[in-house]
Amino acid sequence: MTDQQQVDLRKDEVEAGTTTGLASPSVDVTNERQNSLWSDAWGELKRNPLFWIGAVFGLLFLLMAIVPQLFARGADPRACSLSNSNQKPSAEHWFGFDQQGCDYLANVVYGARNSLIIGLLAVAVVLVLGVVVGAVSGFYGGWVDSLLSRLTDIFYAIPFILGAIVVLRSGILGRGVVAVAIALAAFGWMTAMRLVRSQVIAVKSSDYVAAARAMGASNGRILLRHILPNAVAPVLVYTTITIGVLIAAEATLTFLGVGLQRPAISWGLQIENGQSLLRTAPHLVLFPSIVLTVTVMAFVMMGDALRDALDPRQRA
Amino acid sequence: MSEPREHGATAASSLSKPAPTPVAPTLEEPAASGARGPLGDTLLEVRGLQKHFPLTQGIVFKRTIGHVRAVDGVDLTLRRGETVGLVGESGCGKSTVSKLIVALERPTAGSILYKGKDVARMGGRALKEYRREVQIIFQDPYASLNPRMTVGDIVAEGWAVHDDVAPKKGRLKRTQELLDRVGLNPDYVNRYPHQFSGGQRQRIGIARALALQPEVIVCDEPVSALDVSVQAQVVNLLEDLQDEFGLSYLFIAHDLSVVRHISDRVAVMYLGSIVEEGTDEQVYASPSHPYTQALLSSVPLHEPHLRGQKDRILLQGDVPSPADPPSGCRFRTRCWKAQDVCATEAPALVDRGQGHPSACHFAEARMVVPVDAE
Amino acid sequence: MTNLDLSKPTSDAAPAGTPLLDVDDLRVEFRTRTGTVHAVNGVSYSLAAGETLAILGESGSGKSVSAQAIMGILETPPAVISGGGIWFEGRNVLEMSAEDQRKVRGPGISMIFQDALSSLNPVYSVGFQIGEMFRAHRGMSRKEARKRAVELMDRVRIPAAARRVDDYPHQFSGGMRQRVMIAMAIALDPRILIADEPTTALDVTVQAQVMDLLKDLQRETGMGLILITHDLGVVNEVADNVAVMYAGEIVERGTVDDVFTRPAHPYTEGLMGSVPQVEAKGGRLQPIAGQPPNLARIPSGCPFHPRCARRRLGAEAAPGRECSTDVPPLRLVVPGREAACHYSEEVLGVRAP
Repeated sequence: MTDQQQVDLRKDEVEAGTTTGLASPSVDVTNERQNSLWSDAWGELKRNPLFWIGAVFGLLFLLMAIVPQLFARGADPRACSLSNSNQKPSAEHWFGFDQQGCDYLANVVYGARNSLIIGLLAVAVVLVLGVVVGAVSGFYGGWVDSLLSRLTDIFYAIPFILGAIVVLRSGILGRGVVAVAIALAAFGWMTAMRLVRSQVIAVKSSDYVAAARAMGASNGRILLRHILPNAVAPVLVYTTITIGVLIAAEATLTFLGVGLQRPAISWGLQIENGQSLLRTAPHLVLFPSIVLTVTVMAFVMMGDALRDALDPRQRA
Repeated sequence: MSEPREHGATAASSLSKPAPTPVAPTLEEPAASGARGPLGDTLLEVRGLQKHFPLTQGIVFKRTIGHVRAVDGVDLTLRRGETVGLVGESGCGKSTVSKLIVALERPTAGSILYKGKDVARMGGRALKEYRREVQIIFQDPYASLNPRMTVGDIVAEGWAVHDDVAPKKGRLKRTQELLDRVGLNPDYVNRYPHQFSGGQRQRIGIARALALQPEVIVCDEPVSALDVSVQAQVVNLLEDLQDEFGLSYLFIAHDLSVVRHISDRVAVMYLGSIVEEGTDEQVYASPSHPYTQALLSSVPLHEPHLRGQKDRILLQGDVPSPADPPSGCRFRTRCWKAQDVCATEAPALVDRGQGHPSACHFAEARMVVPVDAE
Repeated sequence: MTNLDLSKPTSDAAPAGTPLLDVDDLRVEFRTRTGTVHAVNGVSYSLAAGETLAILGESGSGKSVSAQAIMGILETPPAVISGGGIWFEGRNVLEMSAEDQRKVRGPGISMIFQDALSSLNPVYSVGFQIGEMFRAHRGMSRKEARKRAVELMDRVRIPAAARRVDDYPHQFSGGMRQRVMIAMAIALDPRILIADEPTTALDVTVQAQVMDLLKDLQRETGMGLILITHDLGVVNEVADNVAVMYAGEIVERGTVDDVFTRPAHPYTEGLMGSVPQVEAKGGRLQPIAGQPPNLARIPSGCPFHPRCARRRLGAEAAPGRECSTDVPPLRLVVPGREAACHYSEEVLGVRAP
């Protein structure tokens, strides 16, 4: 038998669990630390090109939102001259000019801030509300679940945009970026809640949760160690996609006249304004749409990669 | 508090040879002397155990329209170091018994006494200690391990809950010793459950139970989901661990052959209650309850030369619903011996001259399984 | 009981005595992104009318996949029948057009599955589903089909068939659902019934009833029965012949009496030592070491050698019979018995010639 065959055989036996144990009673500690789900997930993420593409774009837009000056090629979005109205893209002005004759590249770049703030802030609220309400509802069940589920149904009954319009019209929150984000999140968390709730209910009845409970583990420990890690993955994916939906919803609100208002700059505003000029100046819709799409794609890619990384069964 | 801990530490002493245990000094004494007590102490005593699940209708305004009598009067005794088998067909309530014993469900009536104390009345520390000393192994090795935890974390989880069992330092080494003991490669601590086969996962589940140095392990169909060849490995492992650590098993299964093999005493369950109880020899060689006889006569034999040598008792009809069980004797609707008295009076589980208790008014020993002469 | 046909199948005209079904060197692979899984690796067997052949194996042995290939119900892709032939009444099913295959298989071969509940459609009454067979294949009217459904339910001993014909699957117990599925399977009087773990999900008392029913139906119709199972007891009580599968291959074949009394392959021997018996408490079990192999990485040489207690490696082995390098063919060991082991004679206790 060749060495290779002996190695193979040995491997088969070890994998078969036959040659462990009694032959070598003294156990050497293999390494000093034990891996956890999160460290393994990070190790997995690092190897996923999808994650890196998403992360690079995500960071790019984040940087754009923080220091737009770096990307605007020296143009000021508010330095406009009507003589340039609707000019097509050129070597000098890559994205051309909008109707008011403002440099469009600068406008798109400066729009990243408001759009991202609204998307990220709203999604953070959606995630927190969805996970907390869903987990409590699913885990405790009984009247708590009934109460919270009915509450969710009430929110469901109000159309997403209509609800946001009412809140913004009422003027309680004002009309700023934070107000729009909160108004959107307030009527957009229910799907996340239902996802978390149904996952928690499914995981709650699994044998490994029963095993932990039979071992004497506390409710908090069961929720944090067993139920949530198994329940949040679909929600993470859902919320990354929702970022894009929320950014687009902001545009809708703006179109209806209750979202951001000029002189605020956002992609939503730009798309809505460009729509009426689609025939004469298609670039006014094209550029903010492309940037919006790439942003959403970046988040979806990161969400996908995250879901795979959080599920050890996906690993080879 | 201190006394039970002593038991636990002793039970696992040989596992942690060099490792420090909370009550180390008594460990090297001859095992049976002090803390451990003589073999045969009663550990668990189940009396008149009942569990009724309410049947409800409506979503918002729930109302109870009846009860499923999943467990309806079960008596069991488990002594130190012995294995009691609990057999029955699906839906007879044997799994509910296991959940009641590990305090995952609260009994509707009856009591579970552990070392003389009622589990239902335990709270706080006492319950926590009980949960350390009484562990459970589940049927489905795929569902009983958290897919998002490493094997090391799964085995060591008990120590995070009961941090007095193993000192923080050296837990990884203890985990690896445990994996080694149940026949897994200790280097696998950082792997995830899905990387193992069914039999290996069941070993992980056993290691998790052992980690807490239990006195009693409730095995709920531990080998039913495994392949035949792997099943035997796990049965042997359970037997070895019992000898090594003085464990007591409540072994719940539907496979009559495995139960006979592993058990010292056997209880047969039908529709929520125990119909016959005795040593494996008493129940298998001279069953006296008609249900036990029918059950045993249905088991296919493995030996060609024994084929056709047994009476086949074919039962009529289906098991009645536990929501609406028959009056009197539960088995009377399918019993060929049934008479008027069976419908009016529930037979007690007592010895009627067969040498072991049987819940039948007309108990009569009858050999249904041929004895293998070879 | 029929003689075991150990010769290669003959494809010529079908005189009396020709087996109903001949599976010849069947190979099935699953081609997935992560690699090729060799589920069935050259399996041959034959079945005569009235014969019961048990295919015994553990999970992943390929026993169900080979049956699905016969039935033509493999998901393709990923499954690919990469070689061999399936001869039904003298014609190779694999070489027929899809339409012909359906015509041959539908009325000729039928199959019942382990999980009766998921095999029945929950939104139709059982009578309608049984009657469907007659409406679809025989063009019967609804009324006529319903009448035949009641007859069939009676035949599979469902009590009060006339009353229960309009009930839905969930209203039946597990054993009764399995009977409904058997009724559907025998509706068109198939020549062959393949039963894939028909009683695994059932309780032991119900299992006995269902196996009795299958044997009675076989006696009435003379159909061939292929019983796929992992349960040695069921094989012993029901089957005439048995083929033991391991890692996609048949490792031993013969009559049940012979194989169970004196196994010729170490795997069969190991299975016998692994199962406790209800007749006696018995001593310590003698399990087979290790786990069944991963079909994507079948060990070299004899696929069983990593788990085999009798393996001979290196210098211990006879020339050409090194267990980790030389693949043992399925060969005749003693008359009426084949085994795929280099050292079958030792296992049998028969002196090597």
